[in-house]
Amino acid sequence: MLMTKDDIFGKVGEVLEEALGCDDDEITPEASLTADLGAESIDFLDIVFRLEKTFGTAEKPFKIDQGELFPENFMDNADWVQDAKFTDAGMAMLEERMPHVDFAAFDASREVVKVGDLITVQSLVEFVSRKLEGAG
Amino acid sequence: MWIDRIIEHDPGKRLVAIKNTSLAEDHLHDHLPATADKPAMPLMPASLIVEGMAQTAGIMVGAVNNFREKVILAKISKAEFAADILPGMTLRYTATMDRIDEAGAVTRGIVEARTNDPGLGGDVWQSIGRINLMFSHVDQNMAGLEFPEENFVFGENFKAVWGASGLVC
Repeated sequence: MLMTKDDIFGKVGEVLEEALGCDDDEITPEASLTADLGAESIDFLDIVFRLEKTFGTAEKPFKIDQGELFPENFMDNADWVQDAKFTDAGMAMLEERMPHVDFAAFDASREVVKVGDLITVQSLVEFVSRKLEGAG
Repeated sequence: MWIDRIIEHDPGKRLVAIKNTSLAEDHLHDHLPATADKPAMPLMPASLIVEGMAQTAGIMVGAVNNFREKVILAKISKAEFAADILPGMTLRYTATMDRIDEAGAVTRGIVEARTNDPGLGGDVWQSIGRINLMFSHVDQNMAGLEFPEENFVFGENFKAVWGASGLVC
């Protein structure tokens, strides 16, 4: 049986409460993991581990590859990043690799240091939902 | 080192180590020293109990890849303590593997103490804490940073404890 987005939101919330020690009332769809919930880089590995355990089964593993939730090694690529901002090609790369993230409000600033803030609770729900449907 | 001896090892699954606390350890005289109002109260600091579990679990994780990976404590997911540890007590750290892959590992741990105190149930192991940890295989996760070739994590002291266990396969 497929999980609804509400089911996924509930389980993602439990993962974040455990991994980040935050309260359930802080977990809103718009909450940014880094800016609002205090996640640091190592917490993302923890969250990935917990998502795999929560949504995987013996018959159907839920394996998240490195860089799947958040692309890596883009800083050194001058086609993607110039003057600490994403180029048009960089934005296209992000949108292709992170279909679970809403970039609408990011296009104006494009600041590399802010890209991590785009991972919200809702984007994690989208990420899980797409993977469970086999699209991710 | 904050463990004295490895006493059990089920590779990749479980590792058990013990630590004997002693008034001969200098740090116990500073934690907590006497004040004008109170006598000295030597207690093993909770941070060092966490370090003991990190070493126990870290050896279990490192042994999986024959200590080739640099295993770094990345996160203390949970640390709960129910009792103070006094000089003369023995601690037993039991670490179990929750998961391990190329990125790192997650471990669960139970800390028990043997006190010989009749008031605390006598000569039995009592659970006094839980410590769950996360480890990173640092060379796999720190893109852009370079670390020395040699494995600075598992140095001579680790090798001595590992070798003395008699459990080396």
